[in-house]
Amino acid sequence: MGRMARLIRMDRTGHTTVAEWAAGDAAATDAAVAAFREQLDLGYYAIVSTGEGHAEQVRELPLDADVVILRLPIAGG
Amino acid sequence: MPAAAAPVLRETAAVPWRPRVDAARLRRRGRGWTLSTLAHTIPFLATAVLLIALEPLSFPVAAIAVVHAWGIPALYANRGANVVRPRPRAAPASERAALGLLGDLLGHEARELHARTGLALERGRLGVWLVGEAGALLVAPGGRRVDCWCVRVDGELPSGDRTAHLLLALREDEEGFATVANLAFSGALWRLRPRLARAMRPALDAARARA
Repeated sequence: MGRMARLIRMDRTGHTTVAEWAAGDAAATDAAVAAFREQLDLGYYAIVSTGEGHAEQVRELPLDADVVILRLPIAGG
Repeated sequence: MPAAAAPVLRETAAVPWRPRVDAARLRRRGRGWTLSTLAHTIPFLATAVLLIALEPLSFPVAAIAVVHAWGIPALYANRGANVVRPRPRAAPASERAALGLLGDLLGHEARELHARTGLALERGRLGVWLVGEAGALLVAPGGRRVDCWCVRVDGELPSGDRTAHLLLALREDEEGFATVANLAFSGALWRLRPRLARAMRPALDAARARA
């Protein structure tokens, strides 16, 4: 089994690991994809780092990512 | 093969009336703020000079005019400093967890600076950013000018998560971030610095040094 990737949601607890999966673990991957879609339906945006100082929003769970972070929308204050 | 389109922050869809911010637009806005400051200052100073010239005994009124000339720009600068004022803390365990995640997003130097000042330093194309919990400062190239942006994330979140939200949005689309955020102040860095919390000033100095 490969290393575990994580889907993390920033929330009032600091952060919560919503799902973990590893390449080759079909059940965990399916569960992670389902959890990912559920969080997007709740209004979260999914972000992956794409190098130093860069990030990208994704609409499908990137299974090869190490960490996917769920954040809420921002607005002018 | 055409280059891939740059990612656009989704939140910009909520402010369709705002033109997308870029470096040229920021410079124009900055000039507007400078002119506005002069428009607030010069009439009061001119009034003070005129009063003294016409009647030296009117110096108390002239002094009030000078105070206005100084005070109105100071109020704007104070508003700018307020965008990075710390918000109420969440439970200690939540704060620790959030700071851990934020630390993972920052490099060693930025992490150490954030621990000391509460501001996360991030280099961008528009300048050097200092990201706080409910706003960000942008030190323009050259380090003489700073823009103060008010931007929030709703929900009960610990401070580290608030900063991480803004940092990730900034990393997604810097110009989109500046489009969504509200500009609270734009002016000389020396006007802002004394109004920042003392603990945050080293972050501003570090940003100026890198701008």
